[in-house]
Amino acid sequence: MAQAAPAPGPGPGAGLYLHIPFCWRKCPYCDFVSVPLAGQDAAGYLQALEAEMALRAPEAPTLASVYVGGGTPTVLPGGMLPGVLAAVRQHFRLAPEAEVTVEANPGTISRRGLEALRKAGANRLSLGVQSFQDATLRTLGRVHNAAAGLAAAAAARQAGFANLSLDLIFGTPGEGEQEWRRTLEAALGLRPEHISAYGLSYEPGTPFHAACGRGELQPAGEELEVRLYQAAGELLEAAGYRHYEISNYALPGRESRHNLNYWRGGDYLGLGMAAHSYLGGIRWGNVTTLAEYRARLAAGAPPVRMAERLSCERRREEMLMTGLRLAEGVALDRLPCGLEQDLAEVYGKRIDELAQAGLLERPAGSIRLSPRGQLVADHVIRVLTGAGGLA
Amino acid sequence: MADQSRIRNFCIIAHIDHGKSTLADRLLERTGLLSERAHQEQVLDSMELERERGITIKASAVRLTYRARDGQDYELNLIDTPGHVDFSYEVSRSLAACEGALLVVDAVQGVEAQTVANATLAAAANLEIIPVINKIDLGSANPDRAAQEIEDMVALPADDALRISAKEGIGTQEVLEAVVGRIPPPGGDREAPLRALIFDSHFDPYRGVIAYVRVREGALEPGMRILLMSSGTSFEVSEVGVFELGLKPVPRLEAGDVGYVCASMKNVQDTRVGDTITGAERPAAEPLPGYRPVKPMVFCGFYPSESDDYPALKEALEKLQLNDAALSFEAETSQALGFGFRCGFLGLLHMDIVQERLEREFQLNLVATAPSVVYRVTTTKGEVTDMDNPARLPEEQFIRSIEEPYVLATVMAPAEHVGPCLELAQERRGVYRNLEYSHTNRVVITYELPLAEILLDFFDNLKSRTRGYASFDYEFIGYRLGDLVKLNVLINHDPVDALCFITHRSRAQARARQLVERLRAVLPRQMFAVHIQAALGSRIIAAEKLQALRKDVTAKCYGGDITRKRKLLEKQKAGKKRMKQVGRMEIPQEAFMSVLRVEEMR
Repeated sequence: MAQAAPAPGPGPGAGLYLHIPFCWRKCPYCDFVSVPLAGQDAAGYLQALEAEMALRAPEAPTLASVYVGGGTPTVLPGGMLPGVLAAVRQHFRLAPEAEVTVEANPGTISRRGLEALRKAGANRLSLGVQSFQDATLRTLGRVHNAAAGLAAAAAARQAGFANLSLDLIFGTPGEGEQEWRRTLEAALGLRPEHISAYGLSYEPGTPFHAACGRGELQPAGEELEVRLYQAAGELLEAAGYRHYEISNYALPGRESRHNLNYWRGGDYLGLGMAAHSYLGGIRWGNVTTLAEYRARLAAGAPPVRMAERLSCERRREEMLMTGLRLAEGVALDRLPCGLEQDLAEVYGKRIDELAQAGLLERPAGSIRLSPRGQLVADHVIRVLTGAGGLA
Repeated sequence: MADQSRIRNFCIIAHIDHGKSTLADRLLERTGLLSERAHQEQVLDSMELERERGITIKASAVRLTYRARDGQDYELNLIDTPGHVDFSYEVSRSLAACEGALLVVDAVQGVEAQTVANATLAAAANLEIIPVINKIDLGSANPDRAAQEIEDMVALPADDALRISAKEGIGTQEVLEAVVGRIPPPGGDREAPLRALIFDSHFDPYRGVIAYVRVREGALEPGMRILLMSSGTSFEVSEVGVFELGLKPVPRLEAGDVGYVCASMKNVQDTRVGDTITGAERPAAEPLPGYRPVKPMVFCGFYPSESDDYPALKEALEKLQLNDAALSFEAETSQALGFGFRCGFLGLLHMDIVQERLEREFQLNLVATAPSVVYRVTTTKGEVTDMDNPARLPEEQFIRSIEEPYVLATVMAPAEHVGPCLELAQERRGVYRNLEYSHTNRVVITYELPLAEILLDFFDNLKSRTRGYASFDYEFIGYRLGDLVKLNVLINHDPVDALCFITHRSRAQARARQLVERLRAVLPRQMFAVHIQAALGSRIIAAEKLQALRKDVTAKCYGGDITRKRKLLEKQKAGKKRMKQVGRMEIPQEAFMSVLRVEEMR
């Protein structure tokens, strides 16, 4: 990862996440909380969402970023999505240069729809193209083909999006290094400001996970995944992108501010069904069904499913967990509550061991993953927090 | 105290889950000792663990006062018995304190292995046995069949068996009437020299050991000097009393009574279950029959996950021993695991309970090595040693012979499952003894089995092969010669002493293969490849390789993922509590148990 990325420090400012839980249909690898749009009362949901905005707005800080995700927010019928952005501006204070991202999938957007989003204040588009290989897109069960992905990117540019991010997936069964390199080259041809490259994971509860268990899907395997991960780094960094987070690359200054705020442990408010928030030391998560979400808000009650006040220790573990994903790493003196003497010793010993094993680097006062450490980031975090494993 | 003719001493015996504790609660309620509202489920099972497992571990007793239909008040001493084969000696001593027993049989399940075992013990103690068929309220109850099985398999007349539902309170009074009418009152000369049987004890931090006794002859009162006949120790009695819901002091206990004695006895080793208390001034000529010192049958090593906890583990074991005469321990050192203790137990349940109490009550994180039986080894020099740790077995060339403990196992199952039961016993090196059918189409199978073969997964296997219908009980019958060998386990070419085990030569190859496969599945992957090998002497007979970790990273980590990931981390942290670092490896508890759990691989 490039080391010169944004200066280490607290988040760029509080973020707002809005969850639009609808899709055309559910992709077989997806474990996000989403449902097919057909037959759903989208307007009713948005009404509840706006009720939650009204409920939370009084205690909300000024927002440095807004992120509308899903699902596929752009499956909403015409006019609804700009309406959501308008409601956000009506209820919340946005910083002057706030980053406003909308997630979109090829096949669900038109140039006119995109222009309307621009007009409603969206200034960043995150496109779920996933691949530029038709065979791979079919395996993934996507509703679009490669050409639709290219067209969507072009439409975004024409609509005036000067900050475009592409989501890509590697390690899809049947795909080799060559196909992945072609996808990366096609993406680079569009010169997006930002690229997310995710290794395909088999999450429990998904059809992919089940198919994998039955032996019908053959996962890429660790060796190939390592090569694909490295290929992404190689190609994208050569093209001027900074590898600022394990799965994310950006042209200088175009890192996702909204996501940086998560990884640096900043405050965020999440609205909508199943959305999570972290504000003022308290984490909460919303209910996970549409009916319950709407019912709670109709009754004027917060749609909260779980809430917890994070102890220093948990907070510290989270900061390590998310902060180590960043190229900038984690500044040790910024960890919550500092490190008490005995704890500093325990962590110091583990850090030494991980550094000796070549998995961690120690620039002044902070720690970050080495290139080898990135591949086994979860292992490093377990060792560091005492959850298991040896350096 | 009451006239002997108004006293009845009895216990309730049953197979697990046949309703023993529920019936005890009903009797308590019925005699007014317990109000229905205030009662906590199953009062007699006082330990939290006992309640969770639904198994009585310690005996306890309670005195009920009952006004019978004849208009007289009777004093009924109900002695609860432990409900597990590990504690069968304790059961026999509790029975020896009684004149009668209620044999509770589930009207749905019928007679099971423990029913037979307990009834046999009760008959051996010359008790009047009253069959009680419980759960008659259930739709699937078949009391006639249960009665037939009592006649067939327990050889007791069951025409007049009581038919009750302890849960619904049906027949409670009939049970009490039967206790009064059918169980003989105690005898015993109140003027003779004192002989009192200790059937249990517990440690009280303020008063020392409180011994539970049945006075057979003579009397016990405060101020008297007593002598414990097997240990030869002597104490002055500070208090005697009876069991109500707590301990209630009385001036005197006499022949026929059940009660407790306090005499500043410092540890339960002084007051062994089965020992006889007599008067120091006028001692009895002979102790009561039946005493034998408890002998641990199963051993394992307990090692603290963090070596700093060693002193805390020692202290905790000492505290548990205050209350548990059957627990033994001595310090041992393992090359792999460092400093720990070799602990001896009556059986696996006992071992489990001790481990759980150490973890729960003393907050210790432990690794337990696989349980082992005691092997009797004769060396080429003719020395005979009892070996409770496979790691200390001498090299093969120094061994003349090895003997292992055998049990007589009784399996009861519906006749259609007889095939799988015989098959399992055969696989476990069993020696066939007997097979009997009841009129209700059930079988009683008896086999002689090496104790080592029934540790851990025999009963689980039996249940899964009989769809849960088989029950099982066993008793120790002695040592037998066996063609036994030690299998060593090497991890990255270093022998791990705590993983070695003893097996029959004919099964060594198969078990070695299963073990290395299982270890590969349970050992956590490392940044380097891990070689797992099993060896007979220096000869490797099975090997597996755990590949090095190449990639382990979550692709996406945003808002909601953070909580999920952190919770996972916390779960892993909790799991790490039962891990032990051995060289450059972390070995989880499961790995030590895989030595015995190889069967699950099939």
